[in-house]
Amino acid sequence: MQLGFLVDLHLCMGCKGCEIACKVENEVPLSTWRLRVKYVDVGTYPETRRTFTPLRCNHCENAPCERICPVSALHYIENGIVNIDKERCIGCAGCVMACPYGAIYIDPETQTADKCTYCAHRIASSMMPACVVACPVEANIFGDLDDPASNISTYMQVHRDVQVRKPEKGTNPHHYYVGAGNVHLNPLASRREEGYNLFNKITTLPVGGHH
Amino acid sequence: MAAHEILAATNAVVTLDVGIPGIVWPWLVTVNMWAKSIGTGVIFMLFMLIKRYPDQVGKLRFPTIVVSIVFIHIFLLFTLADLHQPFRMWHIFFYPHLTSAITVGAWMATAFVGLLFLLAFLSFVKKDDAAFDKALTWVVALAIPVTLYTAALMSQATARELWQMPTEAAQMIFAALLSGSAFMILLSGNKLNWEAKKSLSNILALSAFMSFILYMSEYVFGPMKAEEVAAVLEYIKGDGPYTVMFWLGQWTAYLLPMLFIALSRASKSESILKLAAILALVGLWLVKHVWLMIPQLLPMS
Repeated sequence: MQLGFLVDLHLCMGCKGCEIACKVENEVPLSTWRLRVKYVDVGTYPETRRTFTPLRCNHCENAPCERICPVSALHYIENGIVNIDKERCIGCAGCVMACPYGAIYIDPETQTADKCTYCAHRIASSMMPACVVACPVEANIFGDLDDPASNISTYMQVHRDVQVRKPEKGTNPHHYYVGAGNVHLNPLASRREEGYNLFNKITTLPVGGHH
Repeated sequence: MAAHEILAATNAVVTLDVGIPGIVWPWLVTVNMWAKSIGTGVIFMLFMLIKRYPDQVGKLRFPTIVVSIVFIHIFLLFTLADLHQPFRMWHIFFYPHLTSAITVGAWMATAFVGLLFLLAFLSFVKKDDAAFDKALTWVVALAIPVTLYTAALMSQATARELWQMPTEAAQMIFAALLSGSAFMILLSGNKLNWEAKKSLSNILALSAFMSFILYMSEYVFGPMKAEEVAAVLEYIKGDGPYTVMFWLGQWTAYLLPMLFIALSRASKSESILKLAAILALVGLWLVKHVWLMIPQLLPMS
């Protein structure tokens, strides 16, 4: 079994329901996010549009975080999920530095690394991840990539524009996007300008001891 | 396609991306790298002096080992301080993951500390120079991977395109040679003659020159190879947040020491040589810090 995720960006409307469901399900502390939706405004008025990209751990086949973790706190489980053992983590932040997707953070409450686990605890009980359940337009498609009859496999067979983030890193992500453009997938394709953010008073909060 | 349509299609601004951590490895990691360079660098220099100037190095064996022990412990202390769960450090030894440069480095650094104490014992208690020199060969052999493992760790940070193993490995070795020779110039006082100090100053100048060449190569040619490297190097160009610190570091660590070493050779001035050594040690911290910080400023999403 190899579990994977696919987000159809044609469907995503940026409601952030997945973000909130994830926060509630996993008790993600304030200032940190296992899953977040990035907004990028494209174009020049009046020809503008807003794009939405849900971002979470890519559960890479060749995961840099797993390789760099000195104590195997980050490890693969049989269904392909890159899971984390917070009791073993020493908080060296090597995984945060290694992840090309910025998907790992230091939990300010436990002072250990944390990230999306595809809701491994729910899957163990035969339930779908919280974000999949919460999505009102079924933009999140989750399932077994090894099973040709699974939802995700059939979706990938029908839709030809399936892409991953940063394929040049050689991480072989198990997280796919349909309908993605450069602006969705490449952080360098868009600018970050002071004063152009929604909710400008939201700032990065301290993530632990030294910052 | 009309010009305004091209503009419309390419003008993209992030308007919401919730707070994500900025600097993950702070200045504590800079101190870690800087102190380790000195800790292993003085061992390399002691080995060279014993081979080339055996008659003069007698009184330097024990002080050099003390300096190495002190700086390796600064390195270990700051490594520990940087952990968010420092009291779980023992997990590295009981749950080791050997694909990680952190694990391999921790094991090697521990063995290195043990060998340093053995050298201190041979030098201070046994006063056996022959045994000391024999053991030192093995300590030097271990000091090489201890110096290099941080480069491997930086290379394993897949997200940071700027850090590539070949250049980082070379930079780590040059940093150890630069700081080791600089510290030995300061430590040796009157114990070494001018010829031996000239050898140390040659090593200092050459390692400064090679490091400078590497940084300039990355500065000029790095952006031609990778989009991410180009974006990272923008932080040390123009009005970038680390431009001043980058050039201050290049001048302090490399250019001024090279100049002062040339002046000290021309005037046979030990004071100018010491000034070059102090500048190199201070500047090394700056260049290490800039190179550690700038890849962390790049948004990953």
